Amino acid sequence: MQGLYPLFTAIPLAAAFLNLLVTKVNKKAADYIAFVVAAVLAVMAVRMLFEAPFSYRVGGWSAPWGILLVSDGMSALMLTLINVVSLLAIVYSLSYMTAYTAKPKYYSLFLLMIAGMNGVVMTGDLFNLFVFLEIASIASYALVGFGTEHEELEASFKYLILGTVASTAILFGIAFLYSMTGTLNLPDMARQLEIVGINRAVAFVIALFIMGFGLKASTVPFHAWLPDAHPSAPAPISAMLSGVLIKALGVYTIARIMFNVIGPNGMVSSLLMFLGALSMVVGVLLALGQSDFKRMLAYSSISQIGYITMGFGLGLNPAVPPAVAALGLFGALYHLINHAAFKSCLFLCSGAFEYRTGTRNRFEMGGLMRRMPVTGAACSIASLSIAGVPPFNGFWSKLVIIMAFMQAGYYVYGSVAVLVALMTLMTFIKLQSSVLFGQLPARFAAVKEAPVAMVVPLVILAMLCIGLGIAYPLFGESVLQAARDSLLDKLAYMGYIIGG
Amino acid sequence: MATKPDIMISDGPKGMTPIVKTVVRFAMGIIFMFGWYIILYGHLTPGGGFAGGVILACGYVILTLAFGKELGLRKLSDMGASIIDNTAALLFAVVPMFGFLFGWYFLNFLDKGRPFQLFSAGNIPLYNIFIGFKVTASLFAIFMALSIFGRFVSKLVDEEEEG
Amino acid sequence: MILYFLTLVLFVMGVYCLIAKKNIVKKIIGLVIIDYAINLFIILIGYRRDGVAPILFKDMPMEEFARHSVDPLPQALVLTSIVIGLGVLALQVAICLRLYEKYKTFNMSEINRLKG
Repeated sequence: MQGLYPLFTAIPLAAAFLNLLVTKVNKKAADYIAFVVAAVLAVMAVRMLFEAPFSYRVGGWSAPWGILLVSDGMSALMLTLINVVSLLAIVYSLSYMTAYTAKPKYYSLFLLMIAGMNGVVMTGDLFNLFVFLEIASIASYALVGFGTEHEELEASFKYLILGTVASTAILFGIAFLYSMTGTLNLPDMARQLEIVGINRAVAFVIALFIMGFGLKASTVPFHAWLPDAHPSAPAPISAMLSGVLIKALGVYTIARIMFNVIGPNGMVSSLLMFLGALSMVVGVLLALGQSDFKRMLAYSSISQIGYITMGFGLGLNPAVPPAVAALGLFGALYHLINHAAFKSCLFLCSGAFEYRTGTRNRFEMGGLMRRMPVTGAACSIASLSIAGVPPFNGFWSKLVIIMAFMQAGYYVYGSVAVLVALMTLMTFIKLQSSVLFGQLPARFAAVKEAPVAMVVPLVILAMLCIGLGIAYPLFGESVLQAARDSLLDKLAYMGYIIGG
Repeated sequence: MATKPDIMISDGPKGMTPIVKTVVRFAMGIIFMFGWYIILYGHLTPGGGFAGGVILACGYVILTLAFGKELGLRKLSDMGASIIDNTAALLFAVVPMFGFLFGWYFLNFLDKGRPFQLFSAGNIPLYNIFIGFKVTASLFAIFMALSIFGRFVSKLVDEEEEG
Repeated sequence: MILYFLTLVLFVMGVYCLIAKKNIVKKIIGLVIIDYAINLFIILIGYRRDGVAPILFKDMPMEEFARHSVDPLPQALVLTSIVIGLGVLALQVAICLRLYEKYKTFNMSEINRLKG
């Protein structure tokens, strides 16, 4: 596997263009190409979890000159997350996207988005990261507007403008860092920054990065695009955007740069904790009053991203004992994979309901549990998970984060997290009662269960929601702790410049 | 394909005045030659696939502006542009994969030759040519999509609303 | 220093254009100006007065080369960033055209079907 590491971006990139060529001859081929590529990538990504950390020199050029690809615990975790969720989303698209025209173009954009996200989590070079981030972003701008109706285009345009501003801020930060350190290689940059120290210019770069990557991750002051963009996209794309894109482009990049390059820092820590808490509260308050199913989920994404950001903030804090900081980081990583599972599942469920009933307004639905039992069951499992009901995965990760904050002595943040968990429960009980239970409207009396290709990913994700909670000993020790250690060990990250 | 020869379309009433058409006829060859020069010498002098491709695409754009869309689309149809675009991108993604045979992805595995010769620098001229094709085709396709087809779509929408 | 200041002026002009103008075409122009300001800034990082091209010949001492040659990396970065900017610009204009088809206006305050 080590020698073939770059294939994670090369395969989807090549397949995206091959797809457009082949579908000039045969329109049906797009489905098969996309499915086969996603399946191969998912299998490769799961295998990456069992690899020891290594680095790869692209083109045989050694580290400070060439581009370095790094594989450590965190990269392997994100790769698995991205490729598994995208495989499920592509399986779902096989029948969901029949309602849209230009299916080959949809799959090509989807594959480009996968290539971009894989590149972002693999690379060890700051400018390379920017390029892959732009590839994934441009593909996602186009996918959000894929319906080309009034709302979709408006949402896409808003997302495009704000996303471009974010990219500009990131590029500005990269230019500053380059002028200070004279390198773009992340491990090398970490070493140079040890010498420079945290001066005012580095603080400015941190501010630019928190704005730029924070906008991609939609933490609260920068969240305006998300509630428009995520509901407007087709359902599998909403699942991808909420499930992995904001994490790969926003949360992962912040974590990688703050932990491994700049290093633990009190200012960044308190900023991230504050932004996280703000996102949690604002997101859940706005989610409560929504009537649109998907818009409610989008606001709740902001709130859940707040938990992750807050956990990362605690992990960065040099003032608390290392064990507590590590616990906060661990909780954040655990919540990151859990959120990918239940939020993708919820968005796919909303798509299945929309596919059968033709509406997204939750007050127009009702009693769908009886007509669509499998989708309904998956939806309730995912809702219970996100609300933090004990046996499911969301409960454990929220518990870990809250415990870490209580141990660190941040009682206010800890109680905010508890309060937001309760309000999330309230939001999703409202959602359940209006969509799944209650009176079935007469016009939905003939509604059938969703097609098989749409139900299978839902069932798998719902099982993941249970499995990630119950089967913790299977992956917690190995996968999550490897990811946590790779973020906390800055010296090991600097060492990748020598190896590879 | 259409039966009319190019000269009948270019001398027809479509497009701009005879002055512009005559100048474009003179300039056309030079523009294309210059574009290809920039692409092929990309590894030796300033320029390269992207810059040369932009020049070539501008050549097609000038052709379209001077003689009308009929001639422009006959020289490089939207279907042809799409095929060239995707093939070049596919080649650019696949050729580095051959590097795996020699050890590393994106390895420059062809013979490097002597510096400052046209046939030197291994794979790099190859990549320049792919990029040149891709940029030419995609920029011309973007131009067509935004100007001519874009207007066409709006007109269709208008007709739909009226009728 | 004056060059950096002028770049900053360009950047601020772009931000003003992006924020204050209602017309979406003007907003796109603002974004392009911001993009160019950043590109100029990156070029200025690698700039060196009386610099030579960064090609190391065999008879050239290494120290003198390091002292006089310009930094080639920012130029490569700017080329990449220009290409990315072109891609984003094409997408922006395309969406702008489709928006005009749907809403029959370029005024951002009239394109308001989605509420916050």
